[in-house]
Amino acid sequence: MGLIAREIEARGIPTLCFSSARSITEAVHPPRAVFLDFPLGHTTGKAGDPSLQRDIMLAALEALTTIDTPGTILDLPWRWDEDDAWKKDAENEGDLRSERTDEPQYQHESDRIAAQAMLEREGCAVGCVFPEAGTARGT
Amino acid sequence: MKDPSSTTRPSGSKPVDYIRRTKERYDALGYPPYRWVHNEDPPPFSPFSKALPEARIGLIASGGIYLEGQIAFHHRDDASFRLIPENTAGNDLRITHFAYDTGDARIDPGVVFPLARLRDLAREGVIGGLAANACTFMGGIYSSRKVRDALAPALADRMQAESVDAVMLVPA
Repeated sequence: MGLIAREIEARGIPTLCFSSARSITEAVHPPRAVFLDFPLGHTTGKAGDPSLQRDIMLAALEALTTIDTPGTILDLPWRWDEDDAWKKDAENEGDLRSERTDEPQYQHESDRIAAQAMLEREGCAVGCVFPEAGTARGT
Repeated sequence: MKDPSSTTRPSGSKPVDYIRRTKERYDALGYPPYRWVHNEDPPPFSPFSKALPEARIGLIASGGIYLEGQIAFHHRDDASFRLIPENTAGNDLRITHFAYDTGDARIDPGVVFPLARLRDLAREGVIGGLAANACTFMGGIYSSRKVRDALAPALADRMQAESVDAVMLVPA
């Protein structure tokens, strides 16, 4: 994500990266970042807690306006739980990665049918962009 | 390198070191090490000069989010992206990913894709507005060349075309 932020920023548009993996964000070194020390898959908050999600977004927007040193990673003040027990699991958990193929991996089988129907109706994959090196750069 | 004085870490335990964890896991499986991108050079920087209530905000998220009716992502270096109209309802969003537990994100996409929160803030006037489309992709792309040469320029083109004043980027 940091590579994309750098590309956008280089074109004159300010960016703010969220992160829940501080070491990765430190390595990629994006222009501005906020770090939320939550388990992966919760970069902008907890499920079913729109008020927390809102506060986190407001803090990120604030960081966008206040960070003036390139490469700053601002640590957000929220913790997932009191004792950070989730980190023990995160350090030790097994490989979640499934076998990798070029087949689209639909959440529901009905999504596959809906995508097929859309393709037949519209004659193209609406809202799907497949960039190739060298062809995308326009403007 | 990073300036430690520019961070304000809350008290608590150390962050999980996902780079080390991935290295140990790959070593154990006999895989070649994953080559993380390390940028030692200072990042480009464009000052944010607008007031938030006047700013049009773009949203880019990895995390494998797509819309019902769109082609889902595949799990092998998928460098494509999807356009998600800013008025999309949460229950039209779908999620597929190989590298994180998608359980909570499928219940509430707001944990990795804060479109609804940004929409609330735009309605209240905290921000000026949103790009007509958010952009989503898969992440977990092994080829940093593919990201650098294809995906990143295409997303930047898209954000320029949307005339946004700033972009929020959310990995999963």
